[in-house]
Amino acid sequence: MTSLKRTPLYETHRRHGARMIEFGGFELPVQYTSIREEHFAVREAAGLFDTSHMGQIEFEGPDAIAAAGRLFSRNLAALAPGRVQYGLLCNENGGVVDDITCYREREDFAFWCVNAANIEKDHRWILDHAASAEGVRDASAETGLLALQGPASAAILARVGAADAAALRHFRFARTQVANCPAIVSRTGYTGGDGFEIYLDSDNLPQVFEALLGEGGPLGLVPAGLGARDTLRLEAALPLYGHELDEDTSPLAAGLGRFVDLEAGGFIGAEAIARARDAGLSQQLVGFALEERGVARAGCAVTLAGETIGRVTSGGPSPTLGKSIGLAYVSAGVTEPGSGFQVVVRDRALQARVVETPFV
Amino acid sequence: MDFEIPDELYYTADDEWVHAEDDFVTVGVTDFAQQQLGDIVYVELPSVGDQLESDMAFGVIESVKAVSDLNAPVSGQVIEINEELVDQPEIINEECYGAGWIIRIKPTDEEEIESLLDADSYRKIISKRDT
Repeated sequence: MTSLKRTPLYETHRRHGARMIEFGGFELPVQYTSIREEHFAVREAAGLFDTSHMGQIEFEGPDAIAAAGRLFSRNLAALAPGRVQYGLLCNENGGVVDDITCYREREDFAFWCVNAANIEKDHRWILDHAASAEGVRDASAETGLLALQGPASAAILARVGAADAAALRHFRFARTQVANCPAIVSRTGYTGGDGFEIYLDSDNLPQVFEALLGEGGPLGLVPAGLGARDTLRLEAALPLYGHELDEDTSPLAAGLGRFVDLEAGGFIGAEAIARARDAGLSQQLVGFALEERGVARAGCAVTLAGETIGRVTSGGPSPTLGKSIGLAYVSAGVTEPGSGFQVVVRDRALQARVVETPFV
Repeated sequence: MDFEIPDELYYTADDEWVHAEDDFVTVGVTDFAQQQLGDIVYVELPSVGDQLESDMAFGVIESVKAVSDLNAPVSGQVIEINEELVDQPEIINEECYGAGWIIRIKPTDEEEIESLLDADSYRKIISKRDT
């Protein structure tokens, strides 16, 4: 068994009563009290997530920036300093190597926040396609990341001395101080609601985590685990790499066309994606809700009149809606909201209907 | 963590409890099980009249994150199911030894009950598992 990595907050999580699980090679909290409680705290007040397992890769200098631009699915040249964009890294076949956020800090400095399980793969992917390794650096080990999510997040940031960051607009970021520690704060997240992501020196993580909980507690802030992170992102219909996205899946099939700039072109995979678009997609990602009791999980088959027409990539109960929801790749013809199909859960075909996403 | 393990019940190694009454047993999941599962969102129950063999899966319990089989602690016929759980599976989180009972079985072999774990033996199993 390979040993699991721990973030600098491991002891802090245990002290707060977290139950730990494996995710992306890391031992991380799945919940502290209850996934439902943490979920509703984020929807109604705020939750604090340790997302330090995620990776950061930096690009410094014109050559490194140019290399990043050839791999990123959007027009990095047009991304102004102080702005962050979600986008994809694609392979030559138009499949997805990773889904990332790209931060443009200065003309000659940018960094990517990448999925934990893909850090090494992405780094290698960059080096394989860059003219040189100069200016490309994996900063994951020394970079900590917290996600402060929910409607009370801005007020909480103001209470820990980061009023400037609390005033950021969505998809903007700035260097500032959080609880007297240097930080990059970005108004982004993975819950479908308002929130911030806070990049820190990993040594400062425990101090800032406790300061946020201390100041945020009176406003309803609770520590939140991966369980709530997953139910929140599912309600928002945000993809999870390895579930909705992988190296054989087109971003267009995943409904991510708006994050793929085929006009600016030039990025690896753009031609294959354009060809796939012109040929027409055989499968498309849809959101569905179960109309019967039960829980659809990743891997369940989707059927229509007994014939398999797709598969569930993510599924579970929606705490907000009080019913089971999921994301599934299905054949053309049943992708419109209102279309019906069945999801097979333990040999039982449960009736499901396509609904608009995000679910909430 | 602390787990309630009432002395008067029998237990199985897969975290179910059995309460023996005159001519039937009541079955549920333990406090340890409900804490491990977390928020329970769905319980799949057998039908009254179903014949169960011991260790055979008779249902499924699902929390937000996890799915777990329910296994028959003893052989016998299902004589009652807790229909309250269909609409309110969270009763198991709130009261796993009371209102959160799952099924009642009329056992075919009384001796199977005696071979279940007592509270002390179950405590030992749990103390090794809880890290």
